[in-house]
Formats: sequence, structure tokens, C-alpha cells
Amino acid sequence: MSSSPPALADADRAGAEPGPLHRLHPLSPVLRGYKYFVGALGVASVPDLMELGVRRALIGMAIIAPTALVGGLAIAWLSWRFTWYRIEGRELHLESGVLFRRSRRVPLERVQAIDIVRPLVARVLGLAELRLEVVGHGATEAPLAYLSEPEARLLRTRLMALAGGAEEHALPPDEAILARVPTRDLVVSLLLTGEVVVGLPVLLLVGSGLFVVDTAAFFVFLPVLALTALAVGRVLVRRLLVEYGFVLGEAADGLRLRHGLLETRTQTVPPGRVQALRVIQPVLWRRRDWVRVEIDVAGYGAGDGEQLVTRALLPVAPRGLADQLLSRVLAGADVGTAPRRPVPARAAWLDPVQRRNLAIAVTPQVVVVTRGRLHRIVDAIPLARVQSLRLRQGPLERRLRLASVHIDTAGRHVVTRAAHRDQREALVLVEEIGDLARAERHGDRRGGQGLGGAGHAGASVTSCRDGP
Amino acid sequence: MASALYPTDVTWHPVSPRLILVRRVGAMAVVALTAAAGCAVVAALGWPGAAAIGALVSAALLGWLWWVIGRACRSWGYAERSDDLLVRHGVLIRRLAVVPYGRMQFIDVTAGPIARRLGIATVRLHTAAAASDAGIPGLPTDEAARLRDRLAALGEARAAGL
Repeated sequence: MSSSPPALADADRAGAEPGPLHRLHPLSPVLRGYKYFVGALGVASVPDLMELGVRRALIGMAIIAPTALVGGLAIAWLSWRFTWYRIEGRELHLESGVLFRRSRRVPLERVQAIDIVRPLVARVLGLAELRLEVVGHGATEAPLAYLSEPEARLLRTRLMALAGGAEEHALPPDEAILARVPTRDLVVSLLLTGEVVVGLPVLLLVGSGLFVVDTAAFFVFLPVLALTALAVGRVLVRRLLVEYGFVLGEAADGLRLRHGLLETRTQTVPPGRVQALRVIQPVLWRRRDWVRVEIDVAGYGAGDGEQLVTRALLPVAPRGLADQLLSRVLAGADVGTAPRRPVPARAAWLDPVQRRNLAIAVTPQVVVVTRGRLHRIVDAIPLARVQSLRLRQGPLERRLRLASVHIDTAGRHVVTRAAHRDQREALVLVEEIGDLARAERHGDRRGGQGLGGAGHAGASVTSCRDGP
Repeated sequence: MASALYPTDVTWHPVSPRLILVRRVGAMAVVALTAAAGCAVVAALGWPGAAAIGALVSAALLGWLWWVIGRACRSWGYAERSDDLLVRHGVLIRRLAVVPYGRMQFIDVTAGPIARRLGIATVRLHTAAAASDAGIPGLPTDEAARLRDRLAALGEARAAGL
């Protein structure tokens, strides 16, 4: 098999002018080989070796480690040799695979967001990974690992320009910083969560109580207590690692989110790709009037589970700033002042705790749903992004002549439900939101923002495989 | 069916009554299999009288299912409006789905072995939202094909991006 680029996917597009073929950065096999190496060490790790005794274990390691290193490097180098990418018209082509060749075409108008990820080792080597998020399939469709850092940024600019419908003149767009999250605020906000303020003291109390009453039992339960504390700590440390140094900017090609302590990530979300926004205020943040703003973009999938991804648009910010940002992202729609419609008093039979905060507001651009008592949550959904509406009425709701309105978007984690509305009003709401969404959708289509017809979305990413 | 939960200014189409038969046959098969397994266990353990109780319970369960399935199937309805499809169903929990044609990503038509024999099929609309769920079971095969083609055409005409 030669290492020339495969022709199998290129035959049918004679019209489009093929761009030059690019390889990934020559250092990428080193970085990827190192990953294989770590993986192999993990597999062959402690439990097996410990049974052999320390000396044999050391000898075993001395054999396994270099083998894994060389093998990993060889595999990574081969796969690097067989990987190309190029831009052709409005598509990104990816050719990869040593034995099973894969030729993938990503239509750029379908790209939801582009991330530049730089793990710690990549940062040391000056490399970066470019990830294109496309709807469907769960995992990131087109990771380009690795490119040199300036190359990654240049490519992102070009891809974004193509994705947004612009012609291919790769001007580096100016970026305006909208918000910066001070580390002090981030740390304080993490410490002011229920887990820390309530969980850890309870844990300590239980621990010390047990110690006083029955020391033997304390030592029996010590691992459980320690594990719980560790779990809480892990969540916090993870959040800190991911959301450290959070900078939110706005460039011509979209919102730019930059964050991360060890592994840094720069997300670029084009305007009109925001499916939903969520503003969260835990009870302990209320005194400072801080909120957390989360963003939902289609395509950031479950497949990225082990990736250090955050949903935050702003991990913590004063409410005023958050409101400004929201209205900016939602193209001027004012989330704060839209008149809230409360639920009828009889909804208290079903949800006495949240009843006072259950409300919905509908403006011509956005629908806002609020809920929560201690942990207040406000969802804002641009009407142009509404996929479908559902009405649901359980047996108790029927008794009380109530019904819940579900608003579905293509996002994955903001699930919005306006619970316990009067059933007549619920039906009116469905009609109202439906009509407004239709108007927005038509405006959107004319404006050419959410390019790409849904009619052909089944073929959003084309990929062919070819055996050896 | 006259209830304030569903829009009344549209023509609701019911689904085929053959759906009831399909569902009842399915339920019967499940109950019969479970009962048979139960009988085998009882016979092996040699409990007198248990078989009679089992038969009684199975019969009661079957009767109840018979009734529930009839009501559940009659609760299905769909309406084609100019810009969206409405689907309603449910007895205990009532649901209404409103799916704009412009949001459809793809359409499935499926039919199990019994349904196929009786000439009915399920049409399911998929949007980019995982949560939106508009499936209509129990459509006569030709109606299912007509609906599928019509929805696909409307979806094409009104397609919007995400």
C-alpha cells in the first residue's frame, strides 16, 4: 500500500477546486505515541505486577515500558503518515486510517462550534488540537490532532469564515473581551456551594460523632467518609481546572470562550448556534448576587465524557454583567425584564416548594422559563432554535386542570419545562410559542444565519471506509 | 375527546382500530408466556392450588390489559396543520406533540410482524431535539406511506437550519 492520498472520495466532485493537502504536525506522533504508552502502562499496571514481587515487577516494567513506548510511537507514526486534511469548497476533507481507510467530508455550514484544545504536553511542544463539533453521532466528528498553535488558529479562522458563509479571506478577526473571571471569585464561588458549606461539615460531624461514640466503628467507616470527601473534592478541583482563567470574548466569527489551568481550551461558538442559555443561582451566591451562565450548543456530546468540557458561558459573574451578556448573545432580547407569568395558586398542591418561582415569559425573540427555590434556574431559549413543543398532563395535573409545556431544542443539557400551567393557558402558550418560533425561523432563513437545510441533514457528515 | 387540553379547531384523525388487535395479541402473548413459565415453576415445586390462583391472576391481568389497550389505542390522534403536525395520545398521562414540518430531520416508517400482517405501520418524526417525540402507530400502510411522503415534501419546502 502506498502512502499517497486515496482517490476514492474525490472522484465525484470534479467541479470543486481541491485545496492543497495538509499533514498534521510532524510532532503529533510523539504526542499521540506518548498517550498509547501511558495507556499500555495503565493496562499492564499494578495488580498483575505486584503479585510477582518487587524485583520481578521492576524487570517486567523495564521490558514493558520501552516496548510500549516504541510500539506506541510506531503506531502513531504510521497513522500520522496516512492522515491528511484539506479544504475543498465549503467542505473539510479528512483522510485517515492505515488498514481501514476513512475518507470523511464535513460540510462546514453544519459546524456548530470549533474548539482549540491544548493539553499540558501539547502546550509544552507548542501544539494544539482542533475539534469541529457537528450535530449527531455523540462524539466530536473531526478532531485534528495536532497542529502547530498558529496553524490551528489560522485554520479555525478560515473554517469559521467558510462556515459562516463568508468567502475565504482569512483575516484574523478582532476579538473584544467581554468578561474575565477573577480566580478569587471562581474559588470563592466553588467554596460557596452546598457540597462544601453543608456537605463537608456534615461529614466532619458524622465522623467526629462516630469517633466519640464508637472508635472501632469509626475506623470501619473511615474509608467511606474519606471517599465521600474525596468525591466532593474531585468535583471542585475539576471545575477549578477547567474553568480557571475564564475569558469570554467576542470575535467576528462568534463567541470565544477561553479557559483551563493545565489543559486549555478555546471554544468558538458562532452566533445563532446557541440553542439555549441557563442562568443558575445557588442559594449561597444570592448575597453577592452572583450567577452562573451555562450555554447549550448542539454537538457537544456524551462521547466527550472524559474531555474536560464545561458548559459555562461564565462560571461566575455578577448578575448585571450576566444580564448584559445574555441580551448580547440573544441579539437584544431582554431576559430580565420580560413580564413573567406565574402559575395558578393551585399548582402549590403539586409543587409547594417551587410554586412561587415557576413562571414563563414570552417575548418575540426568546422564551424564558424560571424554576427552583434555593437553586434558582432561569432558562432562556431563542425562539428561532425551538425544535418542537410538547404538552403533558399527568393524572394529578388533570385533576387540577394543569398541564406542563415542554420546549425542545437541539441542545443536550438544557431541558426546559414550564410546569403546572393552567391547561387552557398551556394550549395558548403552545400556539403562541409555535407561531413566534415560526416567524423567527422564517426570519432566520432569510437572514441566512442557520445555514443548511434540515431536509438533507441525514447526510451531514459523509464518510466512506475502505478495507485493506 | 372534547377536552380543553387539545386544540379543537383542527380535524383529528384517529388511528386504525386494527392497532388494538395488534397490541392485544402482543399483550396476550406476553401474559401467556409468563403464565406458562409460572406453571412450570409451580409444577416443579408441587404446590397444590397455586395453578388455579395463577390462572385467575393471569385472567384478571389479561382482562385489565384488554380494557386499557382499547382505551389507549383510541386515545391516539393526529392532525396535519399548515405548518406543523399535531400528535396526541395517552389516557392516564395525556400528551400533545407539536412538530413543525420545517424541523423534521428524518421520518421512519416501521411495522412489526403482526402489524405487517394486519397492514398497519408506525410513522415516526425525528427532529434535531432528542426529546421531541412524535410517533403515530396504527396507520394503515397506504396512509402511512402517504403521510410519510407528504411530511417529507413539506419538510423539504419549509426546511430551516438548526
